[in-house]
Amino acid sequence: MKPISSVNGRAYPLGLKNVDTDIIIPAPWLKTISRSGLGKGAFEALREVPGNVFDDPAYAAAPILIAGDNFGCGSSREHAAWAMADLGISAVIAPSFSDIFSGNAFKNGLLAIVLPQAAIDRLMEVAQTDNIHIDLETQTVTTPFQDRFVFEIDPFRKHCLINGVDEIGLTLKSSDAISTYETKISAQQPWLTPNIA
Amino acid sequence: MPTPQTLYEKIWNAHVVEQRDDGTCLIFIDRHLVHEVTSPQAFEGLRVAGRRVRRPDLTLAVPDHNLPTTARLDGNGQHVPIADPESAQQLEALERNAPEFGIAYINATDIKQGIVHVVGPEQGFSLPGTTIVCGDSHTACHGGLGALAFGIGTSEVEHVLATQTLQLTRSKSMEVRVEGALGPGVSAKDVVLHITGVLGASGGTGHVIEYTGAVIRALSIEGRLTISNMAIEHGARAGLVAPDDTTFAYLKGRPMAPKGAQWDAAVAYWRSLATDAGAVYDKVVTINAADIGPSVTWGTSPEDVLPITGIVPDPSAFADPSKQDAARKSLAYMGLTPGTRMTDIEVQNIFIGSCTNSRIEDLRAAAAVLKGRKKADNIKWAIVVPGSGLVKHQAEAEGLDRIFIDAGLEWREPGCSACLGMNPDKVPAGERCASTSNRNFVGRQGPGARTHLVSPAMAAAAAVTGKLTDVRELTT
Ligand code: SF4
Repeated sequence: MKPISSVNGRAYPLGLKNVDTDIIIPAPWLKTISRSGLGKGAFEALREVPGNVFDDPAYAAAPILIAGDNFGCGSSREHAAWAMADLGISAVIAPSFSDIFSGNAFKNGLLAIVLPQAAIDRLMEVAQTDNIHIDLETQTVTTPFQDRFVFEIDPFRKHCLINGVDEIGLTLKSSDAISTYETKISAQQPWLTPNIA
Repeated sequence: MPTPQTLYEKIWNAHVVEQRDDGTCLIFIDRHLVHEVTSPQAFEGLRVAGRRVRRPDLTLAVPDHNLPTTARLDGNGQHVPIADPESAQQLEALERNAPEFGIAYINATDIKQGIVHVVGPEQGFSLPGTTIVCGDSHTACHGGLGALAFGIGTSEVEHVLATQTLQLTRSKSMEVRVEGALGPGVSAKDVVLHITGVLGASGGTGHVIEYTGAVIRALSIEGRLTISNMAIEHGARAGLVAPDDTTFAYLKGRPMAPKGAQWDAAVAYWRSLATDAGAVYDKVVTINAADIGPSVTWGTSPEDVLPITGIVPDPSAFADPSKQDAARKSLAYMGLTPGTRMTDIEVQNIFIGSCTNSRIEDLRAAAAVLKGRKKADNIKWAIVVPGSGLVKHQAEAEGLDRIFIDAGLEWREPGCSACLGMNPDKVPAGERCASTSNRNFVGRQGPGARTHLVSPAMAAAAAVTGKLTDVRELTT
């Protein structure tokens, strides 16, 4: 995973609530066996509407997306995070995210930043004309107009994002603990192993 | 005396391999279901890193999302090739990856093949008290058996394949208690649609929900799976129903379930999992069964639920301005006008299937309504897609297929079908579908498709009249 510590630039002021994974990347795009190239299908249905933010030259290649409540609800498809990354988005700011999406975003170095609705409303305004700056180290979102919003992030996730940690590699360091658990549980609950013939 | 614990806490605690100082836990995963859509990049990741699958014996692969539901073998018993090259490529990838990594694979023409969430319980692969994951958000389905089951993304699929664990933080717990008894024509699907309407699409975010109360206790396993299946639609990480005698009776004798003395030991353990008296949930929501009617969605979020006797709402009636905006967009997409009676809405398509409603009971409920009737003339496309080959076989043994075919519906091969617009089964743009699936998102059943989520009996009723219909008018 690529390390990420800050994001600076324009933001798509989407603002929409309940942006589900079928909106982010519709099912026909899920047939790929690779992680890249999905940006073309990102927000396909929204982009069919003339004047949509994604095709507005003012926001061309914006690295940030601002959305409403419950962003990324719906499916577990990580293709949603891949598609957004492929579109060049590095951070999403919303009042809340679905649990699965924020996990998937994190695993792909895409920042999912939670801020209260009032902050979102202000950022939506700023995004019309100016850049937004996100700093992971200080956990802040700032604007050229002295706005400063502090966000929470799980310390472990913060560490992994800033250092670009490979989570599987990290877990494999606990192989012995996993083996100990397996030995214990197969003694206590021998029926746990399924009869897969 | 030990502190009273909820079912969720008991399962969680039993699976902690390691706990970090910040509270994140390394959680052991007992069961991993793999399908063709969310796994190719995970296997590729393993290959690139030179990693193997840690516990192939806890992993089961089955194709479902992409498979066409038309005949899979021709008259000579030869495989019918899959027309869409990308779908074919994804299915071939799973067929290759499973043996390469030593994973059991149920192929497309095996009678055991079906939707992952139908196959797991049916085979006894899914068990109470286990942790189950799958790269599909409706994995919570298995919670109907009392398993802590949740959907994961592809990176997590890779993580589980490589380590048989996940790094997780504990969720909050919520009890959704459904008291009373269901009225005629009201099924598990109506209960879960109603719950989603009450909680909202994000009402359960950050929580694992345990469904309790007299209504849940009285439900069959099929019904409980339907409820837990849609936990994600109200935002919950997972859904749970405490295992009881109904659960044990369902699982006993299933091919992959424990046998003999092992079975007895397992049941004794499963009985100990029920939430202790005095255990505290972070949140409790109580629902009265008397408030639940046959339900239907009007918008493009599963929270947009109404009883079938309702009328299309006026967006300006919602208190929340962002919901007003969302409702306006939903109605524009759905082509609906506020004030229209739900029962006046014509549909052109019927889909009976998906991991929410494709088990034998669902098909029986639909067949009971369709028996001796015909689909309305304005219904252009109506399909019944059993959840697995075994469900299909059982339904045929009971003569249900004849009822569907005589009524003018198509009887298909098992798979995800029109639940998601990925395989050839799609709803045409601008047309409506009364669907027993779980999502009414924009474009979910195909670009421009308009979905109304309903129960199997309600879908059957809509097939008969050609519009959304109160099933009670056909059955009483
Ligand atoms: S039927 Fe639908 S929800 Fe269920 S596994 Fe298939 S695509 Fe997912």
